[in-house]
Amino acid sequence: MSEKDKIKTLLVKKPLKLDCGQTISDFPLAYETYGKLSDKKNNAILVFHALTGDQFASGINPITKKDGWWNYALGPDKAIDTNKYFVIAANVIGGCMGSFGPSDINPETKKPFGTNFPVITINDMVNAQYNLLEYFKIEKLFCVIGGSMGGMQVLQFVSNFPNKAHTAIPIACTASHSAQNIALNELGRQSIMADSNWQDGFYEEQNTQPDKGLAVARMAAHITYLSKAGLQEKFGRKLQERDDLKFSFDADFQIESYLRYQGSVFVDRFDANSYLYITRAMDYFDLTKKFGGNLSKAFEKSNTKFFIISFTSDWLYPTSENREIVIALNAIGKDVGFVEITSDKGHDSFLLDVPDFLSTVRNFLNKSYEKI
Amino acid sequence: MKKEFYNIANLVTKNAKILDVGCGNGELMKYITENISKDIRGIELSKSNVQKCVEKGLTVIEGDAEKDLRQFPDNSFDFVILSQTLQAFLDPENVLNELLRIGKKAIVSIPNFGHWKVRLHLLLKGTMPVTENLPNEWYNTPNLHMCTIKDFENYCNQRNIKINLKNLKFQNLFSELGIFILKK
Repeated sequence: MSEKDKIKTLLVKKPLKLDCGQTISDFPLAYETYGKLSDKKNNAILVFHALTGDQFASGINPITKKDGWWNYALGPDKAIDTNKYFVIAANVIGGCMGSFGPSDINPETKKPFGTNFPVITINDMVNAQYNLLEYFKIEKLFCVIGGSMGGMQVLQFVSNFPNKAHTAIPIACTASHSAQNIALNELGRQSIMADSNWQDGFYEEQNTQPDKGLAVARMAAHITYLSKAGLQEKFGRKLQERDDLKFSFDADFQIESYLRYQGSVFVDRFDANSYLYITRAMDYFDLTKKFGGNLSKAFEKSNTKFFIISFTSDWLYPTSENREIVIALNAIGKDVGFVEITSDKGHDSFLLDVPDFLSTVRNFLNKSYEKI
Repeated sequence: MKKEFYNIANLVTKNAKILDVGCGNGELMKYITENISKDIRGIELSKSNVQKCVEKGLTVIEGDAEKDLRQFPDNSFDFVILSQTLQAFLDPENVLNELLRIGKKAIVSIPNFGHWKVRLHLLLKGTMPVTENLPNEWYNTPNLHMCTIKDFENYCNQRNIKINLKNLKFQNLFSELGIFILKK
């Protein structure tokens, strides 16, 4: 079985008009499913992944051979219990795990798209994934859930398809990317583009990769996913396999070594152009834009029950930004719950073993499922 | 469930839209959901209580009533419930105004500082009263603004808040708790 055979793909024939103006059709959408769809088709959960995630949310990722990115939360007997629910997860378009992305071959040039790939948005990603509902003939999802960029997709999904999900759980996200968010993403993009191997985005034709730039982008981003307290507790000023400072620019400190490692493993599994495209999509995300700055209007037609979760130590998508969504929903009398989970693990808390978070998700899902 | 909650639950009407401000572990909300109206949600400050509400399958918003009532539009609930927390707010006047703005009716309960046991305690012992309903000492009590049923009635009258109250003198002496329905 070749690598590609391990990826399930839906070929979307229907044309999709992108926000940038271009229309795409006959494009691949890679997905994975967990659990079994009930006869009534009322137990389906659509999981949206974050910036560097993919469709392999649970179990072992057959491509990277590493644990799925949401293994703590998703699987048999876990918070999102796949013995009970049917979970669908897709790779976003623009991504690099089998969905239509910048590494795909441009039929016109017979070469990889590179930076000729159209700029995509969160709206485009969600509209592409909506095809999965039709494919599985699911009239209404039980839940849409995701953290970070996955949470943005949750918000966009409910706004676009107001009656297609009973419940929605946006986690550690925002309705509008802040200047700080954009700045941090731009830092990552500039790092990639400053790598001479990037070749204006056509590195695949040259059989090279901007690994150094991508690794630095990942290192910088990784810091934003953790909290100061979490870093201090885990690393402090501990030295890396040495008794004293070496008076050089080697990785003296454990935190340096850790970040270098995070950067180096990332380049093996992620495409630099995908990183550019997906961070761009996040930066363009502003759900209020279409509604004259009024977020409530984005949800006016929805009858979805919202449950919003943030984390105390998340400074990337802080509680205050999550609360903006709660406020917008309350302002129009929508059904919304909100919980801030105490954790010193920063933005990444939603991916990690944070028992309060996992039990909260489990309780909300199971209690809501009893009512539908 | 404590008697106060049955009394409060008896004041709300079938299928009314209700907000329970400071809903605690959700005991009252659960009772109302199961017996009177499913259209109920709560606001709660304590994280552990919020978790207990989620476990019960209740809609709860983690938040602070002193700041977070602002987000609700005028008259968005048929009833807004505030059980024994008014005296603990920094600015109870503001909270009361918000309750009456967002609710068509507000159901407010207060521990009565005019109860005879409280009066007697202060008179005979000369120390701050500690009773079943007011279990804390002066230095660790969360109650910043204690009042009597009579104080509360006077306040409502001054502000033109409609309040249901009979046998005031009797109640102010013999009720440990005052439960009121308020309207603008």
